Amino acid sequence: MVPTVSAAAAIDAPTFSTVRFRAEREADWIAFDALLTRLEKKGAKGLSSEELLQLPVLYRATLSSLSIARATSLDKALLDHLEALSMRGYFLIYGVRQSRLDRLARFFARDWPLAVQAVWKETLIIVAILLLGGLTSWSLVTSDPQWYYSFVDESMAGGRDPRATVEYLQSTMGHGKAAADEEGGALHVFASFLFTHNSGVSIMSFALGFAFGIPTMMLEFYQGINIGAMVAVFTSKGLGYDFAGWLFIHGTTELFAAALSGAAGLRIGAAVVFPGARSRLQAASDAGRTAGKVMVGVIIMLLIAGLLEGFGRQLITDTVTRYAIGTAMLLFWLAYYYLPRREEAA
Amino acid sequence: MSAATNARERLARQGKLRQFITPEGVDLELKIASSGLRFGALIVDLGIMLVVLILFSLLIGWLGYSSRSDIFQSIWLLGFFFLRTFWFIGFELGQRAATPGKRLMGIRVVARDGGRLTADAVVARNLIRELEIFLPLMMLGFGAGEDRVSGLTVAAGILWSLTLSLFLLFNKDRMRMGDLIAGTWVVMAQRSKLDQDIAAEADGAATMTFGENELAVYGIYELQELERVLRARDPRAMREVADTIRAKIGRPVAEEDDVFLLAYYRQLKARLERKLLFGKRREDKYASD
Repeated sequence: MVPTVSAAAAIDAPTFSTVRFRAEREADWIAFDALLTRLEKKGAKGLSSEELLQLPVLYRATLSSLSIARATSLDKALLDHLEALSMRGYFLIYGVRQSRLDRLARFFARDWPLAVQAVWKETLIIVAILLLGGLTSWSLVTSDPQWYYSFVDESMAGGRDPRATVEYLQSTMGHGKAAADEEGGALHVFASFLFTHNSGVSIMSFALGFAFGIPTMMLEFYQGINIGAMVAVFTSKGLGYDFAGWLFIHGTTELFAAALSGAAGLRIGAAVVFPGARSRLQAASDAGRTAGKVMVGVIIMLLIAGLLEGFGRQLITDTVTRYAIGTAMLLFWLAYYYLPRREEAA
Repeated sequence: MSAATNARERLARQGKLRQFITPEGVDLELKIASSGLRFGALIVDLGIMLVVLILFSLLIGWLGYSSRSDIFQSIWLLGFFFLRTFWFIGFELGQRAATPGKRLMGIRVVARDGGRLTADAVVARNLIRELEIFLPLMMLGFGAGEDRVSGLTVAAGILWSLTLSLFLLFNKDRMRMGDLIAGTWVVMAQRSKLDQDIAAEADGAATMTFGENELAVYGIYELQELERVLRARDPRAMREVADTIRAKIGRPVAEEDDVFLLAYYRQLKARLERKLLFGKRREDKYASD
């Protein structure tokens, strides 16, 4: 646009420039609006290939209209419309680069394991904390069984539903004492309860990472304490081997998931405390994205653990087989996460 | 309204604008969504979730009762879990990056760096929600249900969790904890219909002309307010505005309000737009011409 020409014209005919500007381009805006609406409703499949090619052309036309309108027009309705339209266009066009299937495939093949690899240090710390918690309560309970009750109380106060926890503990012990003959019926209810409960705890230990990771570490320590106390109770009754098998079949997956969720939380906490060369905000959001990927994986792992718990444990009563499955799952996860992957241009 | 308050208001409006430059080099000027709108969206979402949960529970209860199987108990548990965890994530992963509540309020989630809103960011920002909504609720539940926890501990817990929940009130970008972690923003995404250009409507009858000094009293802010009044077509508001303008420029009441206002609007707009082409932007009536 040459300003002097249109300025001179505008003096002669005051309504000239903006009215003609709008009349010339309005058709493009309406067409773009219609395409966007269909794209929003039906996704990329709703448009023909010709229309898909048109989309960026119309988008750029709308953006340039917006720039011109901002400089020349005072029609608020027009400006608002162009702004809203450009914004919708921007987020749709720069948003849909991959199909959902591609994104899913990429997540499983690369994003998930790479994110887990990225938090390996945090994972080791959390595993150490879990073991420490377990050993602490195990040694205390073995020396004096009275400790067990104080541990259970403490973990209830740490954020669980008191009624459900009693049920949880009773049924856990019930299964352990009758390791070979499972009671049928309510088992899958119990399993799905455990799944939702454990997912809740994992989400919490991730979310709490924010407060410099300290609550996360406490939560994981309590988890360790809980397990250690139970193991101690069963070992003292001479059921240690069976109980470990009962725990092992799903526990390798579940505890791994718990450790990863703690690691994801810790990663965020560490980024907030030690942002390094980046700004604190940038560090937190970088860590948040890695942690978000890990957490999607954690929920999938917990789902698998829930299945193993609900069905695997019910169907497989042989302790050796249980150990075998638990070990196989552990090896599978380790291989999936930590086997080196070929570098690929992102 | 004095010049000072007017200027302050405009600054406040600008304070909510964030530069957002597309690769084509155009600034989209995203507007940060207010905390009120976001709270409204949350309430709507929680309300819908509650309704869904109740319907789901009734269905499961009926199925469970008629089949006498307790598999439905575990289906209910899982359903509740998925509703609570994936309601926000599922909707925000969609094309509009907004839950039904957000859509109703005309707001959406965007990535702060201008890039694509990725799935991991959506997951991260919504898992933190657990901390912001459910933790305070849980604390309240504890306070009500448990006698052993001392009142002071409960109060401290509630206070602590409230600071998490209200975090967005304490920063100017209105970021939740989850937004901060995920690198996202919640911005206005209202659609606006393309209305008729009221200055261009073919209407030769109104041949009132205003002099330069009559048009020189107002700026862009007043022009756009006048446009709003004209589009709303409320006779009472039009009467009020017309009277104000007549008093200001010293014209007797001689025409219908809408004819007068329309004519004044057109000529004021033409004048200001002409000035715009010369690079003169007069924000409001307090600015010098």
